Amino acid sequence: MRAIDYQAPTSLSEAVSIMAANGDRARPLAGGTDVLVQLRGGRREADVVMDTKKIPELNTLNLGDNGLQLGAAVPCYRIYQDSAVAAAYPGLIDAAGMIGSIQIQGRATVGGNLCNAAPSGDTIPPVITLGGEAHINGPNGWRTLPAENFCTGPGRNALENGELLVAIQLPAPAANSGTAYLRFIPRNEMDIAVAGVSSTVQLDASGQTIQSARIALASVGPTPILATAAGDSLAGKAVSDEAIAEAGRLASEAATPITDMRGTIRQRHHLVDVLTRRTLNIAIRRARGEE
Amino acid sequence: MPGLVHVTTTINGNQTDFLCEPRQSLLECLRDVVGMTGSKEGCNDGNCGACTVNMDGRIVCSCLVLGVEAQGAEVNTIEGVASADGLHPIQQSFLENAALQCGICTPGFIVATKALLEAEPDADEARIRHWLAGNLCRCTGYDKIVRAVLDAGERMRAG
Repeated sequence: MRAIDYQAPTSLSEAVSIMAANGDRARPLAGGTDVLVQLRGGRREADVVMDTKKIPELNTLNLGDNGLQLGAAVPCYRIYQDSAVAAAYPGLIDAAGMIGSIQIQGRATVGGNLCNAAPSGDTIPPVITLGGEAHINGPNGWRTLPAENFCTGPGRNALENGELLVAIQLPAPAANSGTAYLRFIPRNEMDIAVAGVSSTVQLDASGQTIQSARIALASVGPTPILATAAGDSLAGKAVSDEAIAEAGRLASEAATPITDMRGTIRQRHHLVDVLTRRTLNIAIRRARGEE
Repeated sequence: MPGLVHVTTTINGNQTDFLCEPRQSLLECLRDVVGMTGSKEGCNDGNCGACTVNMDGRIVCSCLVLGVEAQGAEVNTIEGVASADGLHPIQQSFLENAALQCGICTPGFIVATKALLEAEPDADEARIRHWLAGNLCRCTGYDKIVRAVLDAGERMRAG
């Protein structure tokens, strides 16, 4: 790695000044599990590495009436070790508990997963289906962006020069709602998704009718994909194998995968179909309080 | 050209000061600056776990931590596992179960195992295999390691 300057601001205003002063020569550091590898391998360059872990707003993990405020520098283990957060957002826990190894989960963050904008980022689909918003601060103040609009291409995100992802806000889970994330990998652990799907459903009080659903896909396009038509197809439908199969078909249609060392186009379309049906069934059981 | 940074940290219970470049990993600092070569460099990108250390109560890949990030941290390495009285029960059971051949991965496995068994001494095989998925071994095929960890858990439960 070429020489860098290391800065560890302790306030958001200080951090934004550093980012604004250095533009694209500054690189925020959270868990470092992607950015340090990229800097070392020459895939990214920076003059200034700005550690974000000492900034209070980025370290906040706060579950309240408005949902979850998830600071961009909060590592995965803090999310799944918080029993109240784990109970409220099991779909997020599915993903946070499967990224990399225990060692990686001790450092890696959901905020970093979003900023790294890998199409395969496991935590991104559940953040999208849960209705997550990215809270961004920069030289021009605050703005928010729906999570599905945050990633703009492989390794590219919507942050402008000088801007910093501060937190991800997840709305409080609606009554009778559930979320699940599954990915396919050829091993049990420590791999990158060939395909991943998150499903969030909201049922009516009887638990028999789907009021709304959101489905998001990983590793089957240049960015994580919100499969809008697939989710919308379930709205107002009774829970049935036919409705779930139709959503799986539509989600598969929304995928735009490539063939690479991990899988083929055909396999990935098939995986999206299967994983959509499986995650919908888990999300429905969770919405009913059955698991 | 950024200069050297003074880092004060606690390694295996001892306050330790070192100077490093901001770009240097904690692993490089441990091995090349502090002179503690027990933590190994395998892949240098977070896949193999040979560089595993315990930092503030969590196991991490020290190749994915900057040395400067260790400022004020509590770092525990393989060098701190044995005591003046002898080997730690985990080390003893790795030896007795022949859970190593070339030994490069062993420090990482032992540091990772210690964090698991101190929190969950009754961890079962599935839990052990899941916990140690971030530690690669190209010699043993893992079975002997898993047996050693189960045995170490038994020894630690017995006190």
